[in-house]
Amino acid sequence: MDAEATAVQPAEVEQEALISGSEAVAVATKLVDVDVLTAYPIRPYDTLMQYVAKQIADGEQDAEYIVAESEHSQFEIAKHASAVGARAMCGSSGVGWCYAFEAIAVTPALRLPLIAMVGNRALDDPGAFGTEHNDALAARDLGWLHVWVDTAQEALDTTLMAYRVAEDHRVFLPVAISTDGAFLTHSQSLVKVPPRSWVDRFLPKYDRGNMVFHPDNPITIAPQVNEDWLMEIRMQTDQAMRHASGVIEEAWKEFRGIFGRGEGSPFFEEYYTDDAEIVLVGMGTLSMPVRVVVRKLREQGQKVGFVRIRWFRPFDHEGLGRVLSRFQGIGVIDRDFSMGAPFNSGVVANEIRAALYPQDRRPPVVGFIGGLGGREVTIPNVREMFDLTRKAAESGKSPTDTVWIGVRA
Amino acid sequence: MGRAVSVEIVYRGIYQKTLAKNISRGVVLAARRDGKIGIAFGRYGDSPERNGVPAKNFAIVAPNQDELELSMAQYEPQETDVTISVDDMLCKGVESWAWYGLQPINQKVKENGILVVTSTLPADEIVKFCHRKPYPYRLAVIPGIPSFSGLWVYKNDHTDVRILGALAKVCPDLVGLDAMLRAVKEEWKDDLKVVSARRSYEQTEIRVVNPDEGNPEIPYSFDLPGWTTMREGVAVDAMVLGEPVTFGDQVGGYRPARNPYFKKFSTRTMRPVVDFDKCVKCTLCWLQCPDSCFDVTPDQTYDVNAEACCGCGVCAAVCPVDACITMVNEAAFTDHKSQWERYKTDKQEYATWLRQVTSQQPERSHGFRYRGQYQEQIAKSRAGSGGEGGGE
Repeated sequence: MDAEATAVQPAEVEQEALISGSEAVAVATKLVDVDVLTAYPIRPYDTLMQYVAKQIADGEQDAEYIVAESEHSQFEIAKHASAVGARAMCGSSGVGWCYAFEAIAVTPALRLPLIAMVGNRALDDPGAFGTEHNDALAARDLGWLHVWVDTAQEALDTTLMAYRVAEDHRVFLPVAISTDGAFLTHSQSLVKVPPRSWVDRFLPKYDRGNMVFHPDNPITIAPQVNEDWLMEIRMQTDQAMRHASGVIEEAWKEFRGIFGRGEGSPFFEEYYTDDAEIVLVGMGTLSMPVRVVVRKLREQGQKVGFVRIRWFRPFDHEGLGRVLSRFQGIGVIDRDFSMGAPFNSGVVANEIRAALYPQDRRPPVVGFIGGLGGREVTIPNVREMFDLTRKAAESGKSPTDTVWIGVRA
Repeated sequence: MGRAVSVEIVYRGIYQKTLAKNISRGVVLAARRDGKIGIAFGRYGDSPERNGVPAKNFAIVAPNQDELELSMAQYEPQETDVTISVDDMLCKGVESWAWYGLQPINQKVKENGILVVTSTLPADEIVKFCHRKPYPYRLAVIPGIPSFSGLWVYKNDHTDVRILGALAKVCPDLVGLDAMLRAVKEEWKDDLKVVSARRSYEQTEIRVVNPDEGNPEIPYSFDLPGWTTMREGVAVDAMVLGEPVTFGDQVGGYRPARNPYFKKFSTRTMRPVVDFDKCVKCTLCWLQCPDSCFDVTPDQTYDVNAEACCGCGVCAAVCPVDACITMVNEAAFTDHKSQWERYKTDKQEYATWLRQVTSQQPERSHGFRYRGQYQEQIAKSRAGSGGEGGGE
């Protein structure tokens, strides 16, 4: 290589931008040079398609941008684009995501590394725009990787990570990036945007190998199968999900090396947990009020902490089980519901209970449901949850029911 | 260390959306040049916006991430250091999609906080519209016709940078003038805008508003029910049938039932006024009104219900009679009383009032058409008191 080719260009530094979480994802699609973006409007996800459309119109991004006639077609088109070897992106929110469910359900078995941004939104009726995690969680069991972010910066970074992990041939599974409606999708903050060259170092080209749907590689995808085929297909998808954990760890390490961000475990973030006795666990932007309360209680000498789950699928039951087993009490905040589930819990609390089961120490777990329909999780809400968790820790027993926080009686 | 500073921008949906966004982004980008960080966001529940419906944008600036987190993942801050009203008629109170009831414009302004209003009215007149606070706060008026600069095509009249310049003066905790001017120059790349921002900084005057000043009315509100008291199945009471209108011995016509919890009048910047002597009873205003805001009077004429009217002007547009329905600047009114009852009480007095009030035409800025326009507008609005311009 000659000197000119290796010289550092002026653009080789990070630029700071005041952008929303959706815009951060849009910028990431530009950085990874997505080939096909499919769209259908529903808020809060629609902010992503708006920003992408603007980037294309402004000549900053070169991609096929297809506005479908429904979410179902939107996800089908993106799926097919992914099958022919195009790097694809789509997304939706709330019932829009549900309308695409037929396509969503089959994407993992076809091993298509499609990335979707879920702008988390309550499932209406009644008409509601606020964040609630049941939309993404409806696709919890299907072979999609699920990741929750809590800042616009993390939304950008995680989109880069998602392509890297999904397009690894050991994985080839779709990833849903959950971003809380309003608090992330509609709030602008200062984000470090890496140069394209850094991203190129991190993310290789999407290569489907002999799985690519192309005349030079004559294959038929998704023929009719019966009971004599399907179980083996499911096993392959399951194996791919198992591989994903290791691939995420590899990618995270490399991400840190190139971009300088990403401490600790990729699967969850620990906040003031070193000597903590009581911790709360949650996903998404409810981290903001929880971190504020952790600092306030710490000032008063209370040993409290917070564990924020990033990757929900694959679920790091070993890592979380090991970390959580050393505390005195654990409160789990679900911004979702699962009516009739064990202990009337939300989805995350029962995952945590399961993760703790093989541990020698099983501290009391208190399940909380709060922040539904985008209701703010407030500072007093968080204090109440820490109080109730401490009481359970002192009693040494897990309550057998779930506590709804911030609901009017 | 320092603390977070919260700025609220109350604006008219769609018409002023880009203006509000420019201001909130401008605040954060300027504060960044002072080494601070911040967030800028809209009031999520306000969207999808409708023309003229009051809406909110926010900017929160903090010295560090810990201080900023206290204000993140929220729809709006609990209280504001600065509230900006980019249309003076919003000072009468705001009702949005996002909540129930009427919020005073200064609801979130903290003690000794500041309300910034763009208006051609004197500060003393604006104070009368604003609801009383239990503590003193400050008011700054930036002279100017309300800027309805648009959403899709933003017709700039420098209202955005004029407000940003004033902010550096009225809230130095937020951002210093140098950082603000640098942000204006670098974000808009327009030297004239820098001049406008600087002049606004120099000319902005502040007046203290005491607890005994302002509108004493208690704004209407709404108590949200709990899950044990709510009807099940996501059902709410629908509108019942209306009833006849009564005035003295006269009973007749029809007044539709109206939603007591969502009145819509704070959307209005101009109000229809009816000359009942000219009405030919054609029914067009009543038929075309998108908000069913006309009562049919026992005379079979049509009376505007000023609580239900959002001032869209369709009635005046479809009325076939010259000067029967006239749109009048909302600033000319202090109540929502029935025009027809006033007319029935004293026709002579009504005729006099009508002549006087219909001369007050609303004026809106839709961008500059020529240099010096702003100075002319200000001079005109202060007729006689001598104009003071500022930038372009």
